[in-house]
Amino acid sequence: MEALSVAFGLVTAGDVKLLSIVGLSLSVSLSAALIAALFALPTGALIAVGRFPGRQTLTIIVNGFMGLPAVVVGLLVYLLLSRAGPLGSFGILFTPTAMVIAQAVLVVPLLTALTRQIVEDTWRQYKEQLDSLGASTIQATATLLWDTRHSLFTVLLAGFGRAVSEVGAVMIVGGNIDGVTRVMTTAIALETSKGDLPLALALGLILIVLVLTINALAFATREWAQHRFG
Amino acid sequence: METIFPLSLSGVSFVPDGTPVLQDVTLAIRQNSRIVILGANGAGKSVLIRLMHGLIVPTAGSIRWAGSEVRPRAQALVFQRPVMLRRSALANVAYGLKLADIPRPERRRRADAALARVGLTHLAARPARVLSGGEQQRVALARAWALEPRILFLDEPTASLDPNATAAVERIITDIHTSGTSIVMSTHNLGQARRLADEIIFLHRGRVVERTSASLFFSQPQSAEAEDFLKGELP
Amino acid sequence: MTHSYGMKHLRCILFTVLSCTLISTAQAADSFITVASTTSTEQSGLFGYLLPIFEKQNAIKVHVVALGTGQALDVARRGDADVVFVHDPAAEQKFLAEGQGVVRQEVMYNDFVLIGPKADPAHIGGSKDILVALRKIEAAHAPFVSRGDKSGTHAAELRLWVEAGIDLDKAKGPWYRDTGSGMGPSLNTAAAMNAYLLSDRGTWLNFKNRQNLAILIQGDNRLFNQYGVMLVNPAKHPDVKREAGQTFIDWLVSDFGQRVISDYKIGGEQLFFPNAKRSP
Repeated sequence: MEALSVAFGLVTAGDVKLLSIVGLSLSVSLSAALIAALFALPTGALIAVGRFPGRQTLTIIVNGFMGLPAVVVGLLVYLLLSRAGPLGSFGILFTPTAMVIAQAVLVVPLLTALTRQIVEDTWRQYKEQLDSLGASTIQATATLLWDTRHSLFTVLLAGFGRAVSEVGAVMIVGGNIDGVTRVMTTAIALETSKGDLPLALALGLILIVLVLTINALAFATREWAQHRFG
Repeated sequence: METIFPLSLSGVSFVPDGTPVLQDVTLAIRQNSRIVILGANGAGKSVLIRLMHGLIVPTAGSIRWAGSEVRPRAQALVFQRPVMLRRSALANVAYGLKLADIPRPERRRRADAALARVGLTHLAARPARVLSGGEQQRVALARAWALEPRILFLDEPTASLDPNATAAVERIITDIHTSGTSIVMSTHNLGQARRLADEIIFLHRGRVVERTSASLFFSQPQSAEAEDFLKGELP
Repeated sequence: MTHSYGMKHLRCILFTVLSCTLISTAQAADSFITVASTTSTEQSGLFGYLLPIFEKQNAIKVHVVALGTGQALDVARRGDADVVFVHDPAAEQKFLAEGQGVVRQEVMYNDFVLIGPKADPAHIGGSKDILVALRKIEAAHAPFVSRGDKSGTHAAELRLWVEAGIDLDKAKGPWYRDTGSGMGPSLNTAAAMNAYLLSDRGTWLNFKNRQNLAILIQGDNRLFNQYGVMLVNPAKHPDVKREAGQTFIDWLVSDFGQRVISDYKIGGEQLFFPNAKRSP
């Protein structure tokens, strides 16, 4: 109850700090999901359509990595981006860019696996027709990605949801720096640490409402598009 | 124009994982043919059409086009259930032309013309997936026709359609044939076979049992299997 | 055609993503230093009070990454921080000896306090002697929460057990709960389990979820908690922002910086006591 009123107070006050944290959460996680999608969608579709040795193994690996622990990703990206690491010279550790990279890495397997499943199901319906028309693997892949776009939009949302809700990776590579890399989840972790449970819970509620709103909007758009364009 | 005919199958069998589906089929198809493949369910009609079209490869025997094993592009296949891509009717027709490497302006012209010939100009911009089954099949026919095939295969193209839609599809098939394209189609509908076929290929348990002119097949079937089939299937 | 419409859409999204990323990098490209510090300085609210004052006087942003002392020193060892601001003199000396830091300067102190349930099942209250209290807790096998994360507080706790003559390796049992987490989470755990634990005073004062916990032992000289600051050695890590980092350190030990530290209070209570030596 107290959390609800705290949350309500924060939102109605238009707290600048809260707004910047929310803004960073959204921009980091949306960027991460979109960047991951640029890689994951074509890859997932190629795994679905392509016929190559090791395809099944690859599928199992990708499916398995869907549950990749965020901390592990955070640690790996930290080691990569650290000054002492191979990409240290870019100096992007403890910046939002590092957080985008970590979350993108985190959601790539999820997006790839879901894309593969969706494209493969559609490929089963399309295969003969596309073969008959003489589509190459690349052409078929592109066609399938385009034709499954409504479902892939949901996949993208799943990626965003996973990214925006994780705390392990951004905490490590972002450092939870006040005003720079503090996002909703790390702020919640911090307030929990301080024992300010009502504030932590209030932030949690705001995050949930935010994610729900985005999903509802996306769902409505998708329904409309599917109804309109079949 | 160099010819792709005759399409000749010699000793063609299709035996995936030990179960024979088609056995030792030898036949030739000439230019301007209008052939209907008949046979009970599981006789191998669809497989024969897919083999000729090149979707599947025979496990034995050879398929040649004017003596060459190279599969020509000037051919198309219309399925029982058309796969409509998630885009407009016009874009569905243009898609086939794009895969056939037809340049963009030409594509548009040919797609428009093909839709006009199947009488769907007014639905060109409509998303193909929201069209009725009959309209979808006509889009599929337009997609095939736009490719200007020398031979068109059709696998039970009206099996899922109502009588009106069936009549429209039959009219289009006749038009396509009149424009100089050979037709090879399978059907369950004997009336349709009578209306459309010049020749009948009758399949029974994966073998070609009869290949005769349509009039002869329906009046005096040569084999006991065909006779049984005609008796059983007649309404 | 629908295709080209889709491409346009995609390009639009891509543009947004790239500009978002660029904006965030641009923000980070201002003049800033990264300070690896401890959860106690961050969670006590000291930085929230002190940094805006420093940043206003100097055109330098301070990015604080708050970790346990051990972890903070490790981050610096990889060259990922410009300044370390921690509270484990022994670990800091080791860091210096490795050549990782330039000079260690003491900045301030506060003290550790022994927190426990008000009911005090081990009957340790009323005394000042932390060693006696630890012996009683061990004897009673009363629940005790340890940070277990190589933080400064954890190091201090381990040192006190040794001074109390208790060999933890032998004495450990279910009563001794190793949380492996920061001060705040450990306090939450202790509050939930009615356990004893050692905390720095700052975090405790700023901690809200106290439930039945209270300070039971304080004021023992052994509970002294010294904070030190070091510039990470630029000779070892060329990316270290030597000038800006030094500016921050000089400010912390300056008369003004020291006054700011003593001005930080929660509920009228001073959290940190400046004690920088003017000459090294």
